[in-house]
Amino acid sequence: MAIYNLSVNEKKVKVDVEPDMPLLWVLRDFAGLKGTKFGCGMAMCGACTVHLNGQPARSCQTPVSSVGKSDKITTIEGIGDGKMHIIQKAWIEEQVPQCGYCQSGQIMSAVALLKSNPKPTDTDIDAAMSGNLCRCGTYDRIRKAIHRAAEEIKVSESGIGKR
Amino acid sequence: MENIKNSRRNFLKTSAVASFGLALGISGFTKDASLKKISAAILKLEINPFIIIDTAGNITLVNPRPDMGQGSTQAVPSLLAEELEVSLNKVLIVQSDGNGKYGSQTSGGSSSVRELWLPIRKAGAAAREMLTTTAAKRWNVPVSECRAEDGKIIHTTGKSLTYGELADDASKLEIPKEPKLKEAKDFKIIGKYNRRLDVPERVTGQAVYGIDVDVPGMVYASILHSPAIHGKVVSIDDSETRKVKGVLQVIKTERTMPHRTSEAVAVVATNYWAALKGKKALKVKWDNAGYEKSLNTADYFAATTQAALKPGINFEEKGDFSAKFAAAKEKLEANYETPFLAHAPIEPENAIAHVKDDGSVEIWAPVQGPDWTLRDVCGYLKVKPEQVKINVALLGGAFGRKAYHDFVLEACHISKQVKKPVKVIWSREDDISQGPYRPGMLSHMQGFVDNGKITGFHHHTIGESIAGQVFKGLKEDEADSWIGGELSVENSKYQFDAASKVSWTNVKTDIPVVWWRSVYASNFGWGQECFVDELAHLAKKDPLKARLEILPDERFQKVLNTLAEKANWDEKLPEGSGKGIAVFKSFGSISACCITVTKKDQGVRIDKVVSVIDCGYYVNPDNVKAQTEGNIVMGLTAAIKDGITFTNGICDQTNFHQYNILRLNETPKMEVHIVDSGSVPGGVGEPGLPPIAPALGNAVFAATGRRIRKLPFDISNLG
Repeated sequence: MAIYNLSVNEKKVKVDVEPDMPLLWVLRDFAGLKGTKFGCGMAMCGACTVHLNGQPARSCQTPVSSVGKSDKITTIEGIGDGKMHIIQKAWIEEQVPQCGYCQSGQIMSAVALLKSNPKPTDTDIDAAMSGNLCRCGTYDRIRKAIHRAAEEIKVSESGIGKR
Repeated sequence: MENIKNSRRNFLKTSAVASFGLALGISGFTKDASLKKISAAILKLEINPFIIIDTAGNITLVNPRPDMGQGSTQAVPSLLAEELEVSLNKVLIVQSDGNGKYGSQTSGGSSSVRELWLPIRKAGAAAREMLTTTAAKRWNVPVSECRAEDGKIIHTTGKSLTYGELADDASKLEIPKEPKLKEAKDFKIIGKYNRRLDVPERVTGQAVYGIDVDVPGMVYASILHSPAIHGKVVSIDDSETRKVKGVLQVIKTERTMPHRTSEAVAVVATNYWAALKGKKALKVKWDNAGYEKSLNTADYFAATTQAALKPGINFEEKGDFSAKFAAAKEKLEANYETPFLAHAPIEPENAIAHVKDDGSVEIWAPVQGPDWTLRDVCGYLKVKPEQVKINVALLGGAFGRKAYHDFVLEACHISKQVKKPVKVIWSREDDISQGPYRPGMLSHMQGFVDNGKITGFHHHTIGESIAGQVFKGLKEDEADSWIGGELSVENSKYQFDAASKVSWTNVKTDIPVVWWRSVYASNFGWGQECFVDELAHLAKKDPLKARLEILPDERFQKVLNTLAEKANWDEKLPEGSGKGIAVFKSFGSISACCITVTKKDQGVRIDKVVSVIDCGYYVNPDNVKAQTEGNIVMGLTAAIKDGITFTNGICDQTNFHQYNILRLNETPKMEVHIVDSGSVPGGVGEPGLPPIAPALGNAVFAATGRRIRKLPFDISNLG
């Protein structure tokens, strides 16, 4: 066992766990953040996606020992900054979730996409989202929700939304 | 459908007593005595849902259909809110716990709205009438001068009383036997677009699924199952496992399926990662003798092909099919095959069980039915229902898998030994390699045409029986009525002038099987609808026109004509492109699909999918569309992604790298259209799936001339 000081959603989290424990289980069972999900344990489904310094990472394949003290971990609980993130709003507008289990991971991938590419094409969305499986089959709505969120960003940046 | 439903009931031997209650003026569940009195009164009236209106005006619905993504937590309260004249966000939902007084509580068979459409509305209407009568009495005015609106009874003069103010007195009234239901034209919620109120918690990580539930004192277990599913443990070497920090115990356990029990080894630990790591370090020797042959999909399908050479047991026959087929001049015969499939919900199977010293049991699990879970736990632990409490958590997908409780019983078995609450979580490898699966099936098709019309059709269905294996309910000389009923003339509505037949041969397997989204319709829609297409071409008829000729039923005609219009069926396509259609009725709804494909390299690409559904009255059109979109994706996955295969006793697939499911980048453009027939409500969660694969197969034929008869197939290389 070893002590790890982590920065999760801009809060300090101290855990005493085995070095090879994946970040997924540290978050879920030691930090009490259950929004990040277990799906396959081999980075094939994306349900466990979090951000490591803003980049999407598969937490089921990220040993806690590989995460440094200064690395910023963001989970689904931390993207909204207390409010709904523009992507979460778009997910509600398009009524994306069915069972909803994979949607934390879907949303984390989508947030990262829009941060690096605020106006993604369908091809960009294909590339960024193909690592996240949804067994309920909500892909068509995920695509629409990402386009909707991109439109919202465009509107707010052009100042129309800031009155 | 009726015969399917009835026979399913017989198999289950359910002792469901419809003793639901409508409780008025009671705050919470605690006043048991008064609840019992009211339940007893309700029993006679067959008002089903358990509604509580407390004196503060809070309305609670005990929801008898767990939500696995299909929208029951919106659909069921909508039925109540509509009749009770309250807005949807005023209805609190409590999940039922399996207690017999709530009756049938399993999400399955696309049943939520179909089965609750009248009972829940009647309960809401009865409550509304009782509240109205109470207000009229209190004001000493005629009932006709009072109306219910937004949680209040309002008099023509404008004065009003809230439901909370009326609830106590209302509860003393006799419950109206035949409350007046609202007319469809007056619906404010039913049939209208409404957002699901459970979406925000599902986009913020706040929704609590089964796997997210923690209880005090809980330990975790990971289970090593036999690679050959039914193998026996010869020896256990746990020396490496015991070195893993956090591992508490290694114990022999068992996996109880409905038809047999298998041996297994559990690693119990203080956290799940330790349990998983400990499992990987286990060295267990298994005796798999005999299963090399009986768990082998190549052998199984060879046996189904052999069975196709002999006559099966008739489910129904019109005319002397065999004689007419023998004499027919223009005829075809072909075998269509569908593979075994895993459900693979993204939330793997998991459950917490606490078997206590006093014999009482508490379960927390994502299960499709608390009533079935209660039945299975009681049967397994030999305890009485009143000793068991079932807490149903949200399901992260299920598709039929979580109405099979092997994982719940495993948690019970381990908890009983370690005397603590135990949380069992299956790995993805367990989920994909252990089953149960949708059975692989063979359709042996024969048919003939006469004068440009399809006039003879025989569907010989061959494979393992779910009812036979799960409920041991199928006799040797009996055709499986779940299958026969669905393919019968009564359900399919196909009218063949000369002769038609549905027959069955049971080919058994040790591979565990169970219902999978749309059950057998997902298998036999493939054979039926591709073969109709083959016969249409033999008759030199357009596949749409050929179907319209033999489907006189008005609803089918409307669905097909709507599809033709929406999918622009008659458009002239460029060389190398083609459209295929298919139609299938299941769970009381008719769904049809048109898929357009274009040749690409050695295969085809899917350009567009258009689906049409007539599900009769529906609650939320957006949810009907969402479910049908989901069925398009799952139907395509079943057609062009991986099947489950067994070689020499072992499943060849272990995780999503070998059991691929459709990804976003592979998902085609899609459209869903609803036909408003105003018929009795049909299912929504499943009927969209069966036409997808055959529409694709028929499109591939239209574009390339290649007839696909075996699923899954490689869409990028047709060979």
